[in-house]
Amino acid sequence: MSTMDTLTLPPPAVDSYLDHDNTLWAWLTTHDHKRIAILYTIGITFFFVLGGIAAAMIRLDLLEPSGLLDPETYNKSFTFHGVVMVWFFLIPSIPATLGNFLLPLMIGARDMAFPRINLASWYLYMIGGLFTAAALVWGGVDTGWTFYTPYSTMFSNTNVYLVIVGVFVTGFSTIFTGINFLVTTHSLRTPGMTWFRLPLFVWAMYAVSLVMVLATPVLAMTLALIGLERGMGVGVFDPALGGDPLLFQHLFWFYSHPAVYIMILPAMGLVSEVISCFARRRIFGYKFMTWSMLAIAVIGFMVWGHHMFVAGMSVYAGMVFSLLSFIVAVPSAIKVFNWTSTLHKGDISFESPMLYVLGFVGLFTMGGLTGLMLAAPALDVPLTDTYFVIAHFHYVMVGGSVMAYMGGIHFWWPKVTGRLYPEGPAKFSAILMFVGFNLTFFPQYILGYDGMPRRYHSYAPQFQTLNVLSSAGASILALSYLLPLLYLVWSLRYGHKAGNNPWQARGLEWQTTSPPPENNFRHPPVVRNAYAYDEPAP
Amino acid sequence: MRIHDPMFLLPDASSISPRIDLLFWTMVGMCTLVAVGVMLTMVYFCVRYRLGSHADRSNRHKKNLTVELSWTLIPLVIFLGMFTWSLFLFAQLHTPPAKSQTIYVVAKQWMWKIQHPGGQREINMLHVPLGQPIRLTMTSQDVIHSFYVPAFRVKQDVLPDRYTRLWFTPTKLGRFPLRCTEYCGLDHSKMKGYVVVMRPSDYARWLHDHAASDSVVSQGKAIFRQRGCSGCHSPRASVHAPDLHGIYGRVVHLSNGKTVVADERYIHDSIMQPDSQVVAGYAPIMPSFKGQIPASDMLKLMAYLKSNSTDEPPASNTPNGEAR
Amino acid sequence: MNTRTLEPQHFKSPAGEVEKQFDNPLQQRDTATIGMWVFMATEIMFFGVLFAAYLILRSLHPAGFAEASRDTDLLLGSIETAVLLVSSITIMIGIRAVRLEQRRIGVAFLGLTVLLGCGFLLIHGLEYRADYFKHLIPGIDYHQSGPYWKVKELFYCMYYFITGFHSLHLFIGICVNAGMTIRVARGSYGEHDYTALELAGLYWHLVDMVWIFVFPLLYLIGRSG
Repeated sequence: MSTMDTLTLPPPAVDSYLDHDNTLWAWLTTHDHKRIAILYTIGITFFFVLGGIAAAMIRLDLLEPSGLLDPETYNKSFTFHGVVMVWFFLIPSIPATLGNFLLPLMIGARDMAFPRINLASWYLYMIGGLFTAAALVWGGVDTGWTFYTPYSTMFSNTNVYLVIVGVFVTGFSTIFTGINFLVTTHSLRTPGMTWFRLPLFVWAMYAVSLVMVLATPVLAMTLALIGLERGMGVGVFDPALGGDPLLFQHLFWFYSHPAVYIMILPAMGLVSEVISCFARRRIFGYKFMTWSMLAIAVIGFMVWGHHMFVAGMSVYAGMVFSLLSFIVAVPSAIKVFNWTSTLHKGDISFESPMLYVLGFVGLFTMGGLTGLMLAAPALDVPLTDTYFVIAHFHYVMVGGSVMAYMGGIHFWWPKVTGRLYPEGPAKFSAILMFVGFNLTFFPQYILGYDGMPRRYHSYAPQFQTLNVLSSAGASILALSYLLPLLYLVWSLRYGHKAGNNPWQARGLEWQTTSPPPENNFRHPPVVRNAYAYDEPAP
Repeated sequence: MRIHDPMFLLPDASSISPRIDLLFWTMVGMCTLVAVGVMLTMVYFCVRYRLGSHADRSNRHKKNLTVELSWTLIPLVIFLGMFTWSLFLFAQLHTPPAKSQTIYVVAKQWMWKIQHPGGQREINMLHVPLGQPIRLTMTSQDVIHSFYVPAFRVKQDVLPDRYTRLWFTPTKLGRFPLRCTEYCGLDHSKMKGYVVVMRPSDYARWLHDHAASDSVVSQGKAIFRQRGCSGCHSPRASVHAPDLHGIYGRVVHLSNGKTVVADERYIHDSIMQPDSQVVAGYAPIMPSFKGQIPASDMLKLMAYLKSNSTDEPPASNTPNGEAR
Repeated sequence: MNTRTLEPQHFKSPAGEVEKQFDNPLQQRDTATIGMWVFMATEIMFFGVLFAAYLILRSLHPAGFAEASRDTDLLLGSIETAVLLVSSITIMIGIRAVRLEQRRIGVAFLGLTVLLGCGFLLIHGLEYRADYFKHLIPGIDYHQSGPYWKVKELFYCMYYFITGFHSLHLFIGICVNAGMTIRVARGSYGEHDYTALELAGLYWHLVDMVWIFVFPLLYLIGRSG
């Protein structure tokens, strides 16, 4: 298919965004959203590797019931893993890389609304990352990524400040990205690109930006209050000093639950694009898909208390949060059913992005359904803070978001680089990832039900079998992340030329050359419909 | 690799655990049904409508309101059903039976300190009689911990300067692991122990063998005297201070015109920050005992003050109680 | 004036040209305005957390907070409020004057706004100074006696955090406005080019609005009790 394209299409007449100004200085001062997306990809990959190494340490320790590492190293490993993976990988992953690259292309714009702010957000991200990495160099932090007080303020002897500053600074990067996406979607749509012709990926970016700009400030201020309490010994959160320990948990989860939706909403949008392309038909229930994303973004702000059913919150508050948590599951269910129905009467082919995305739907379904069990407070009581919760959110975030991210990287790789990756290894690593993931995290559901608490450096011997299985799965998973890194880099130089639209996709981003020219389109595109897979090719 | 216990056998050893398991396995069943259903449908579509197959593709639906609404509303109704079921169980988890026996728990990095009403102390072990509803009143000396007994399916965070409650009725004899599930620092994973469920007669013997010189209440009374509380808070005292007889659970009128129910939290705050909630008609003259009374002594004082009151706090004290 | 009825040609950007991602100056202006509003939403969340934390702590320690609140300087606080409210009027007059090409009035009123802002910071500085001599600054010099000394420390901690965060915002506003004033004096901005001024004005108003909440929360509540 790809060779046909390269033969039939005339060679690109316009220079691409990669053709000129390739000095380091030009890249570091670029205002081009496409180049900033690539800067972000490099940064995110770096932190993903760091977080992955920390994960490997965790799995290594848990091979033996008594723990192979010393407890201090173990505690610092899971803290570092959480902090890095949440704030320096998952939250920026899809929005800052693919979103940055694609949002203007998908709505037919020449760039983001505020290109300088876009670049600034990358710098803030990197500075925040450096602070966090510095904390690691200076001995690490052992509070867990949740920074629960009073442990983080009065008891931990580690470099809590550095990490707090790192996360605080990165928060501004998230806010800037959110503002940019919101305004770009509002103002820079090309003629004919009405709200209900927007690709679902753009809708996802819009919904996620709403969450970013409204939730992140709460985290920033909460962390500042932690710093204040730690520095001055004034008890905002410490009950011994007159504060309220639950106040911290409320504020933290008021941010961190919406943050979970920051991680999954972009994946939902991305999956809709890919499924629709490889099933060669319009996404089923487009309007339900958009409304469900907005519903998730809005209701997602009102369910934070389900992290606190056993924290000492009142029973009545628990009931309300439980009800809302069940309700927020409905739009997610709608999305799963719509993705499945999009396959109905399609012409489905199974290129590697599609494999990743089908894997996403399966794993997300499992993660979502077990989330439903945790929303029931009577079940949450025994299950919370055990490996059941770990398994649940890894199914959503790794099985969900990371799987989708990998699918997206493969899907748009020809657009970004102009090259095709080798299909065989890609399919192999997609399947490997699915298998490795399930082997790693499914045993953790059982561990959790059996009562193994999270953040345990050592454990009862009867849990060993499942833990060894999990660690074995983790090594397969690691391999499946390493492989794409190798063949994708390889393809930059040796991959076949992709042509402009190797997948015959109908999105606006595929109607320009690959890689796109600096200003994205030669002529301002005019849009007449969305997801026109049921109509003959243009 | 050693395999000790069968993987899937978590004993259910409390009165509530079979009920929680029923909900758990019902939801596991339903979730499996949905997950398998979705995946089989996907596989079926993927095979039948693969590119180049001869399946009929006429009448493709672009939208179908009935279908969309049905898979919005049907899950909603099922979810609400699950919610209601879980709600009843959750309420039970927070409603200890009337005749439950109180045991005091103080958590600290990294051990569980337990004291029975008769004054018997133990560390990382909790001996309880079979079939007797047990109510734990828990507080922490440092950071947040969480009391978790998997076999009983109960868990409750334990907070510094707050009092949380947890109840269970053991229904099986044996030793059941007790674990801390809120990350509390270096040796979080070593903060564990056992709940030992014994026959009531054995428990009585155990209590007798480990008898302390004094019950918790009389220890509390001693502290009440040593710390000088009795100097003011007794009917014969010359200082004008409120009588604490039967204080626990009573409605107290404060000088700022508000009323509170005297629960653990109120009593704690009145000792630590006496001037924050002054009783109407009294002068704010009591000194603060902040930082002077350890958490375990506070529990004893609490027990003493409770012992001369007959009632539990009334319902305005939310069922799970004191942490908020 | 309703911008929607304006022709795109009515506006030009500060540099006299439109950035490449925009089709016309009107789109550029609208985009900047939406951006500012979204940014202000995040600012409200920033302050919202502080207000929420403050109110929750206050509900935990009503008496101590009320007493600490009575120690704040009501007179200076009221003057500060008046100064900020007046500055909101002057910035509006200044921007309007620039739009009407009355450049000297514009410079005068924008300059006055900057001065009022500085005045606010100065008066606030006096309050801080007085607190310092009363040993009321947690973390630097805090020595109090009396039953509520610990709770009052908590109050003052929140007091400094909230007013400090607000003053930081005001300081940024002053810098931005000072820059704008100089540029107006040098002949920038005017009838066709006032978006940046308007956005700076929006930000200034926001900072004022926040103070409208800070003042009663920190200075007024519980004063009578």
